[in-house]
Amino acid sequence: MKCDLCEQEAVVHMTQVVNGEMKEYHLCEEHAREQGVDIDSPISITDILMGLGQQEKQNVTHDLTLSCPRCGMARDEFRKTGRLGCPDCYKTFMAELAAAVKAMHHSSQHIGKIPAREGTQTRIKSKIARLQQDLETAVAREDYEKAAHIRDEVKRLQNEAASEEGSS
Amino acid sequence: MTLRGLLERHGGWMESGPAEGPVVSSRVRLARNLRETTFPRWASKEVRNRVWNEVVSAFDQFEESEAFLRWRMDELDSLERELLFERHLISGELAERKEGSGVFVSEDECRAVMVNEEDHIRLQYLQPGLSLQEALTAAEALDDALEQNLSYAFSSKLGYLTACPSNLGTGMRASVMLHLPGLVLTEEVKPVINAVSKIGLAVRGLWGEGSEAAGHMFQISNQITLGKTESEIIEHLEQIVLEVIEHEKNARQRLMDDQEIKVHDHIGRAYGVLANAALMSSGEALDLLSAIRLGVDIGLLPDMKRRDIDQLFIRIHPAHLQKEANATLSAEERDIKRAQLIRCFLEGK
Repeated sequence: MKCDLCEQEAVVHMTQVVNGEMKEYHLCEEHAREQGVDIDSPISITDILMGLGQQEKQNVTHDLTLSCPRCGMARDEFRKTGRLGCPDCYKTFMAELAAAVKAMHHSSQHIGKIPAREGTQTRIKSKIARLQQDLETAVAREDYEKAAHIRDEVKRLQNEAASEEGSS
Repeated sequence: MTLRGLLERHGGWMESGPAEGPVVSSRVRLARNLRETTFPRWASKEVRNRVWNEVVSAFDQFEESEAFLRWRMDELDSLERELLFERHLISGELAERKEGSGVFVSEDECRAVMVNEEDHIRLQYLQPGLSLQEALTAAEALDDALEQNLSYAFSSKLGYLTACPSNLGTGMRASVMLHLPGLVLTEEVKPVINAVSKIGLAVRGLWGEGSEAAGHMFQISNQITLGKTESEIIEHLEQIVLEVIEHEKNARQRLMDDQEIKVHDHIGRAYGVLANAALMSSGEALDLLSAIRLGVDIGLLPDMKRRDIDQLFIRIHPAHLQKEANATLSAEERDIKRAQLIRCFLEGK
């Protein structure tokens, strides 16, 4: 099958639901990358349903000298002990921590308690995360109608979060 | 109240609620850290002291703060630190720490807040019986009160940020201590533990990680802390604990149906040894007390109270024996003292 955008052989095949209608996409490697699809990592159907280019890109770094700018913990030290030096280390070492966190908890998104001091932004983001989990469940059950409904709610909340950010 | 006062009340947190059947106690522990602050293991003395002072001032602004006792680890001798550990009020790791580390304990001992253990703050609510939801509500109330004056490290994606990624998200470890002599005696405990481990829960002994199942005590806790709400974690744990309790009850029933005389013999012999021995190691005492506890549960020892037996489970440990004797005791002296303590208890019941 050929790529939708050129004559190359398509290597990425996707289904997207827009306004309740399913659309199929077929892309070659180059155009898939251009659309923000990370070919090296398996793509979840949820990412596709959420629209291309919205997934977080992870720049896996193999910089051996990497260390946390706040507490000075070096990458080697962290790998040896499995413990982090300070809360900011999560930002510094996120690229290599992501897989371990996912393997440990079968999730990479907090949906529990939020400190009272956190603002509306955090609360909206948390609601979105919760809905994204519901979305995955709906997709797994092949309930695309419900999935599309949840997706619309997520988009509404994302807009709310954006306008909240603009006003603050 | 001083540590000595704590010791004189034998019950401690055990006096605060019901204790029935195979359940000994329920506990909810929350891990919290201060924003932009190095975690205790990696922090300098100055940073650890600053964290301690910040927590102290957060406590001082908190209405019920007077109901809390506080100790810095460097003001306690090793025996006193061990005493707090034996009462399940601090961890083995905190007992090893000195400057900047400490603990706040409520008068009823149900609430304890460790400062500068693996995380800046580890607060727990511990209570007898199966009461996870209540423990969660109480732990969160204490967390909310402290948070009014502390700024926690939190990310909307990863939740509460902790020194070890295994505690990320809710930072919550909920556990239930179970006494399972029926499953041990029928040799069914291993398959039950294996099944529980396979569904994302951890099973440990009386003293947490690495401890053997002394006294037929098993602690079941959640391992996953991220991607679920606190209530979902608690509900799942409680559901599994109820299933284990059902297995334990069935095992006890089968033992009584098939081998009643052997069960009576087992409990009677344990009573005989405890009532007459002059030397008693802690391992032997735990196993024999386990038999007595079973005897109370099945109505064989109607004059004894379960809560008193549960208290003995704590009072027979080395630091408690030495504090009660007000002297440093050698291993043999402790065995003598332990045998004496149990004999006195059985005579005066």
